[in-house]
Amino acid sequence: MTPATQGSIPIWRDERFWKVAFQIITLAVVIAVLAVLLTNLNRNLAQLGMRFGFRFLSNQAGFSVGENLVNYRPQDPYQMVVFAGLINSLRLIIVGISLATIVGILAGVASFSENWLVYKISRAYVGLVRNVPLLLQLFFWYFAVYFQLPSVQDQLEFGWVVMSKRGIYLPGPSLTDQNWLGFLLLVGAALLGGLLWKLLSDVFKGDRSPRGLIYRGISGLVALGVIGLELWLVIRGVRYLVSPQSDDSGLPLGVGISFLVLAAIAMVAFWLWQKRTRLMVEQGASGQPQLMAIGGLVAAFVLILLFGLGWQLPVVQEGGGASGGLRLSLEYAAALSGLVLYTGAFIAEIVRAGIQSVSKGQWEAARSLGLPSSLAMRLVVFPQSLRVIIPPLNSEYMNLAKNTTLAFAIGYPDLFSVSFTTLNQTGRAVEMIVLIMFIYLIFNLLISVGMNQLNALVQLKER
Amino acid sequence: MTSITPPAATRPPIAQTGPLAWARKNLFSDWFNSILTVVVASVLLWSGWGLVTWIFSKAQWPVVENNLGFMMTGLYPQAQYWRMWIIMGLIVTLSGLSWGILGRNQQYLFGRSVLIGIGAIAAAVILFPLTRPHSPILFGMVALTVATAWVGQQAGKRLPALSNWLAAGWFLVYIASIWLIGGGLGILAPVRTENWGGLVLTLLMAVTGIALCFPFGIALAIGRRSELPIVQSLSVAYIELVRGVPLITILVMGQVMIPLFLPEGVRPDRILRAIIALTIFSSAYLAENVRAGLQSVPRGQSEASVSLGLNKPLTLILIVLPQALKTAIPAIVGQFISLFQDTTLLAPLGLLELLGMANTALSNPNYLGRYAEAYAFIGVLYWFFCYAMALGSRKLEQQLNTTH
Repeated sequence: MTPATQGSIPIWRDERFWKVAFQIITLAVVIAVLAVLLTNLNRNLAQLGMRFGFRFLSNQAGFSVGENLVNYRPQDPYQMVVFAGLINSLRLIIVGISLATIVGILAGVASFSENWLVYKISRAYVGLVRNVPLLLQLFFWYFAVYFQLPSVQDQLEFGWVVMSKRGIYLPGPSLTDQNWLGFLLLVGAALLGGLLWKLLSDVFKGDRSPRGLIYRGISGLVALGVIGLELWLVIRGVRYLVSPQSDDSGLPLGVGISFLVLAAIAMVAFWLWQKRTRLMVEQGASGQPQLMAIGGLVAAFVLILLFGLGWQLPVVQEGGGASGGLRLSLEYAAALSGLVLYTGAFIAEIVRAGIQSVSKGQWEAARSLGLPSSLAMRLVVFPQSLRVIIPPLNSEYMNLAKNTTLAFAIGYPDLFSVSFTTLNQTGRAVEMIVLIMFIYLIFNLLISVGMNQLNALVQLKER
Repeated sequence: MTSITPPAATRPPIAQTGPLAWARKNLFSDWFNSILTVVVASVLLWSGWGLVTWIFSKAQWPVVENNLGFMMTGLYPQAQYWRMWIIMGLIVTLSGLSWGILGRNQQYLFGRSVLIGIGAIAAAVILFPLTRPHSPILFGMVALTVATAWVGQQAGKRLPALSNWLAAGWFLVYIASIWLIGGGLGILAPVRTENWGGLVLTLLMAVTGIALCFPFGIALAIGRRSELPIVQSLSVAYIELVRGVPLITILVMGQVMIPLFLPEGVRPDRILRAIIALTIFSSAYLAENVRAGLQSVPRGQSEASVSLGLNKPLTLILIVLPQALKTAIPAIVGQFISLFQDTTLLAPLGLLELLGMANTALSNPNYLGRYAEAYAFIGVLYWFFCYAMALGSRKLEQQLNTTH
């Protein structure tokens, strides 16, 4: 029992030794495996006469893309076709997420309906859609539903909607393709803004330890790059959105500027709402002036929405076809229907679980304070359920973004589809797969950062 | 002064039970609900009627009837179909036995809803025109399930240790099935993998994928929770990278890039490449499920085991992992269901699994434009499998739930 015997523990019995040794072994194995794989890759590529690099992206693409907003032509380089695909993917993701959220919340709330029929339909929808593969649903929508539409000569007309094999025409604001592109770029800029906000707050609020300083330095460098991209997106977006040569609405302000005004009003109203809540909570203010200001803003928003966007109805042309309004291609419509209904079913389950997670006492307390059940839902239960809803919603949005790649199977030219064609044409498998994976990782990062900020807003505020 | 007034005549109380009262409470509680019920019911009736008329008069089912064999087994030689029946018999037998052994302590193995379900399947097997050529065999399969379940229950009551051997039994059935499908060993005629397909291939890929991803997924989950910085960061990097990219890119990588990563001349089979890609993908997701399970095991368990003198690896293997995996079972079954659905993504890449076979059948000019029929049929198949697995997982969860 002398202290000297403690020093004579053999090294293979020492936990500290094994901790280090195990890590070194793991690292060595991983590096060895990677080295073998990469050497093989190098040799195989050399045999095919290729070298890793992205220079081929500036070669002429030569294939045409069904629908795109960026005015791509087959003589443009590959990078242009990838950009066109990226915009198409973004178009599907943004619209898909918005509609799926609406469908999911409706179906989720419907499962609490007192009406037996509505409850059963909501449950049946979720049970049916979740148990059938998404790709099969996309095929079904495209081939069995939209592809069966009549030809242009005898197109279907339901009031404001005109449908035929050439596409689906809906009422829409009078925006050209270029305007829509600008709109999408601005939405992208807004998403990137979330990342920028997080990076900047990391830079300015980080700690002063050496590790923290390195982290802050890296964040700052990334933030500089993001600022550059953000500026490019905003400038390009505004320019495309308000380009006057394509505006034929005849409105004094122009549709593009109306859109920008709408966005500005929404942001100011949100800021006012936050300020009002803070004033009411911290100073016991009545919040009336802010409420009136918000009311005014909402009125202005509705007015501009109704009269400033130059809404157009599709006009049926002689001999078939239609013009004006919003035209959806069959591929886009099928991909959107499938994705929205599929993701909506998952979101419905999330919303249902979220509302169920709020304890019954909250309901009862709210009701006993005299709140009617609609107000109790809106003011007491729903805000609390958001805490449970938002984290899984985040991963559901990421799933939707990833699932848009399946639209390639029905011929929608999204990012994956055009990249796959490029891959097959050039044989540049490694580069293209790295590129697609990188872009989807960025998509998911943006969604995740944005949702985390939303989560911070609704989380329990504790000391 | 006071006079007792007789109580005013009141109406008889409204009935509180019976179908009318039920309808009043659940369908017509106020004017809004009543309007909602009427609107929803009429839409339902209208679309239900449309569906029924479509199924029985407009739809043309030969596309399914004549391609049933293809959809089930791909381009498998017809003379060897008996092997498929044997595989099905093996699976049915072992499922029945497992059901009986796991449910040995239930008072009634065949409750009312189970009996109704079995009866419905048996009736469907006999009455459904599609399965009529095979209805004796299929009916035999249903009877076999019931019989083996009963045998399993009786055997399980005598020998409770049997439940520990179920996993081994399933492993043997899996090996036997692969041998029966592929042939070889000089006994059965070999069938090349190009001819594997249909539902059999879908199931084979999903089962193999989930089985292979188990060791990797568990290792990654432990790695992610480890205190060792290098191990932890490698695990996190792998998991987040794989979870951040779409499955289809990994599948394309499997088909296009795996040959590039291997030495010259080594070119794995297409199905093997698909299975490798599915394994790479699902290990990352499984790791997250197992991690959730690991987190649910209280710290006291490992502290108690260390204080009993077990070292860290033994603590993990004997104490923590069994509890963690048990908690993770529902999530793992959910992941298996989604992997089963995800195998459809191999259809656009040229593998002839169930969806790919349906597309092949549809490309036959005889069945031009019969998309709705073919897709509806395989949709029902997928739905049936996924729903049955979800139901089974819920049962298993109740079975394994030992908290009181």
